This record gives sequence, structure tokens and C-alpha cells, in this order.
Amino acid sequence: MTTIASERPAGRPAGRITLRTDRERAPRSERRAGLLLSSPFLIVYLLFMIGPLAVGVVVSFFNTTTVKSGLGGWVGLSNYRTVVQDSLFWSAMWHSVLFTLLTTPPLVVLALAFAVLASRVRRGTVFYRLAFFAPYVVPSSVVVLVFLWMYTPQVGLVPKLFSAVGLTSPDFIGSTSGGWTAVVLMTLWWTFGFNFVLYTAGIQDVPTEVYEAAAIDGASPWQQIRFLTVPLLSRTTSLVLILQILASLKVFDQIYLLLGGGPNQSTRPVIEYIYDTGFTSYRGGYGAAATMVYFVIIVAISAAWYALRHYRTAAAERADQRPAPRAERRTS
Amino acid sequence: MTTLAPVRRRRTPTPAAVADRSNGAKLFNRLCAVCVTLFALIWLVPLVWALITSLRSDGSITAKPTSPFAGGWSFHAYSYAWDNYPLGYWYLNSLVIATLAVLFTVTLCSMAGFALALLRFPGRNAVMALVVAGLMLPTEGLVLPQFIEYRSLHLLGTYWALVLPSVAAPVSVFVFHSFFRGIPTPLIEAARLDGASWWRVYRSVCLPISRPAVATVAILTFISSWNAFLWPLLVLSQTKSQTVPVGLASLVNPSNIQYAEVMASSVLGFLPLIAVFLVFQRQIVQGVATTGLK
Repeated sequence: MTTIASERPAGRPAGRITLRTDRERAPRSERRAGLLLSSPFLIVYLLFMIGPLAVGVVVSFFNTTTVKSGLGGWVGLSNYRTVVQDSLFWSAMWHSVLFTLLTTPPLVVLALAFAVLASRVRRGTVFYRLAFFAPYVVPSSVVVLVFLWMYTPQVGLVPKLFSAVGLTSPDFIGSTSGGWTAVVLMTLWWTFGFNFVLYTAGIQDVPTEVYEAAAIDGASPWQQIRFLTVPLLSRTTSLVLILQILASLKVFDQIYLLLGGGPNQSTRPVIEYIYDTGFTSYRGGYGAAATMVYFVIIVAISAAWYALRHYRTAAAERADQRPAPRAERRTS
Repeated sequence: MTTLAPVRRRRTPTPAAVADRSNGAKLFNRLCAVCVTLFALIWLVPLVWALITSLRSDGSITAKPTSPFAGGWSFHAYSYAWDNYPLGYWYLNSLVIATLAVLFTVTLCSMAGFALALLRFPGRNAVMALVVAGLMLPTEGLVLPQFIEYRSLHLLGTYWALVLPSVAAPVSVFVFHSFFRGIPTPLIEAARLDGASWWRVYRSVCLPISRPAVATVAILTFISSWNAFLWPLLVLSQTKSQTVPVGLASLVNPSNIQYAEVMASSVLGFLPLIAVFLVFQRQIVQGVATTGLK
């Protein structure tokens, strides 16, 4: 550093050029650079991320239609009243929740199981990555086209498989339970890789000394997984769980493309309900009110998770601090 | 720097290597390998099955659906799909939109990430809080007000309508923010002492070192922009100006019996992404791990 310092422009005393330790007001050039560099993003962000949110709040109080521009008449809270009383909205909300309940447990458990198993295999990392994660980068409409072909009665692979094990295959497109089976199987295949990658990254963060110590103590591989790997991954698990719940509550593509929300709207998720009211019935204001109700539910879930995690970390820190003096006393 | 630590850690011995020394571990690890490999092979079935079907003729598929070698193989379905659907236009649209999205996202978000990580300026904390809050917004749910806003700004049907939402996503700012924070302060101080302006520090010092962050943001933006479905479906309405996912969605029809042609289109829909994945698989996996775990 000294060599560079000697080349500093003349006239500026070295003692005043301290960048990070300076607690006082930042130099004018730094303030100006900060504002200039962050403003392009900030403008786009405020206009196109915060903007729609504000538009949604405003429009939800009006009788706006999506066919022509303009707000329409003021209706106050009546859109919200209709949404809350609409059984179709709540059944769509329930379908999103049901989808979440059906997909979250297998997606988390399978990802954990196979990430742990794969971590014990030395070769083939790239192959596992390709097999498990490549589906995640395939567009949803392609996934639906491929699975629709596999679900085709008589000629498809899945009905053949069902009859091979002696089961009658359900009507994957025409019936409600068959439709849910079809969508859940497809989603498992499509999104499993994401959680697999998160778990693999989590496993890599576990120090190998832990396993060495366990192996010296004579722990069998199964005991190592049961008592070391899985408990040490609990932070990753809570993260994977919340990300999966939030992602599943946003389901639209798969159900819309594969089933169109049918049969008889019995699988229509809440995003498709909003889409239908806004773009098929053109009730913009009403759709915006439904958006806001859905939105409050999602934000409440993520806020609850953040609060819980904060509380847990604080509790863990307190627990960490307590045994420390005792350990000191023992050594001294 | 801190964000990409898992990369370098990959070289350390795996639990498998360590556990080999313990009781019966070798057998257990073999068993694991067999299990995971079987599962991985099952996972590849849909893609392979689509590929095989696309190379057969419709007649032999209906006659002998599960024997892939019956009836011979041909590329007929591909030429049919290419001639009958405007696949070329869809590709071009997707490519232009994804490229623009990558360029704008990397430029704007890296600038903002740099300012938030290294510069003190009035309102910095407010901007940071706004960006953190934005991470919780489920954009998928906001399509309706978004549509109303873009219509009143006369942006519907333009490329801008598809580029701007990906720029406005705060995740990319976060990736850059955490990367720039890992840059050692002496390096920046030295550049400043040499008389470099803040713009030069960003452009010629920080951006070149943060190539991993640029790669992460660029690849993830490309993939998510290419694969987006609901928003492009609403914004682009004519057939020729559609993107690949929206265009292919028009082929979804349970009663479609042109199996080979539909599978050929699907293969054309997933091949570019599988190619991108194979080339950048390490960066993609790291990118997902960093953005997911943040």
C-alpha cells in the first residue's frame, strides 16, 4: 500500500483520505456518485415494481374494467366485500393451498433424501445435476406438452405403467383426483432439482471434521446421517420449506396449461381466478381487490417466517452465550 | 467473495471419502450410489421419451406406443413442426427479449449494488429497506395491476414490457451487493488515491473482479426471462410476436394426436435450454444456491 500512497496526487494530505473508517459525512463526490449510480435502478424499481402495487391498491377501490382505459367509478370497499363473500375465490384459494399441501412434503423430503445420498457418492456429480436440475430450466409449456404425451390414454407411458403393476390408471385430464395426481407428479419432476441444489449447497457447508470425529467414534453411516447431517441441515430445511410454500402458493402455469383449471374449475388456483376475473370477465377493479387479499396472505406468511427465524436466531445466540463462562471456568 | 465460497469448498473431501474409513461404510456408499443413479435415470425418462417419440412416425406410435424401435426413425416431424409453426419468430423474440433483459439487469443492478455496498449517500438506508421489502413481493400475483399500469403507459406489445419487470426484480441487486461487499477496502482506497473517479472504480476495478456475480445474474436472468409464461401471454398477443413458451402453449391440447410433431416442437423448445444448462451448469447451480440461500 505504501507504494501506491506515495503516488497519491499532490496537495491532499494522506491522513484525510480515509474511506471506510470515516464516521462523519461522506465527501460530496461520494454522495453524488452513490445517488447517480443507484438512481437508474431505483427509478425502474419504483415505477415497475412498487408502481403496480400502488396501482393495484388504487384500482381495487374503483369499478375499473380491463377493456378500456380510465379508472371507472369509485365503489369504496364493495370490491373487497364481494371478494370475501365469493365462494369461488375461496375455493380457488383452497386449490392453491391444497396444491401446496400436496407438493411441499414430497418436494422437501425427496430433495433432502437424495441430496444426502448423492453426497455419499464420489463420482457422477455432473450426471446427477443434469438429471435432477435440467428439468428446472425447461419452460412450463414444454413440460406440459411432454407430460400430456406421457399421460395420453392407451398410448402414453404412465397409463402403461399403471396397468403393468395391475392398477387402472385414473383419468388424468378429465377427473378432479386424476388431474391433481397428474399436476403433482409433473411438478415433482419439474421443480425437485431446485430444492436438491439448495440441500447440496447446505451439505457442502458442513465441515468434514464433524464426520471424521463421528467415524472415529464408530458411528455407522446411517447414524451419521440420522444424528449429524439431518440436524445440521435444519436451517436449510426451514429455508427450503418456506421457499417451497411460497412457490407452491403462486402456482399457475402447470394447472392452467394442463387442465385449464378444470374439470369444472375444480383445480383452478387463485392466480388463475385473478387472471379469469381480470382478462376473461374484464373486471379489473374486482380482480385487483382479489389480488390484494391474496397478497396480504402471502406477505403474512413470509413475515411470520422472518419473525420466527429472527426469534430463533436470537434464542440461539442467547443459548450460545450462556455456556461460554462455564467453559472458561472449567479450563482455568 | 463470500457468496461464492461453496465453489472453492468443493475440492475438500466429501463425507463419502471420510466415512469410508468407518464400519461397513463402503457397502453403504455403494448402496447410495445405486439408489441415486436409479432415481436419476427415472428422472431422465420424460426428456428421453420426448426425444424418442419425436423421431418416430405417428402411425407407428399409435400402433406400437411403447416399442421405440418399431417403424424406423426419421426427422420428418422436425421439418413438419418448423414449417407449420412460426418457431423461427418465437426463437428470435425470446432471444431478443432475454438478451435485452440480461443487458439491462446486469448494468442497472450492478450499479445499484455497487452504490449500496460501498458508497455512503443520503437515503441509502431507505433504498436498502425498499429493496429488502421487495424480496417479499410475489410478482406473479401482481399481473393485473401491472397490466393496467403498462397499458396506461402504452407499453403493451413492446419488448420493454417484457424487459422492465426483470430489471425491477431486487434479487439481482442483492447478488451484486453481497459480492461487492466482499471486495477488500484497500483495493478501492488504492484506486481512489490513484485519482480514479467512483465511476472508474466501479467500471474498471470492481466489475472485472466480480465476473462470477455477473455470470450468475446474467444466466439466471436469461433463463427466467426465456421461460416466463403468464406475463408474456398477457402482453404479446399476436402469434408471430410470441415467445417460445407462449407459442408452444398453443399446441397444448389433450386431443392432439400428432404425437411426433408435438414432441418435435417440445424438443425444439427444451434443447436450447438444455444446451445452455450443459455449458453453464456449474454457474447455474451456484447461482441458484446463492440466490436461494441469501
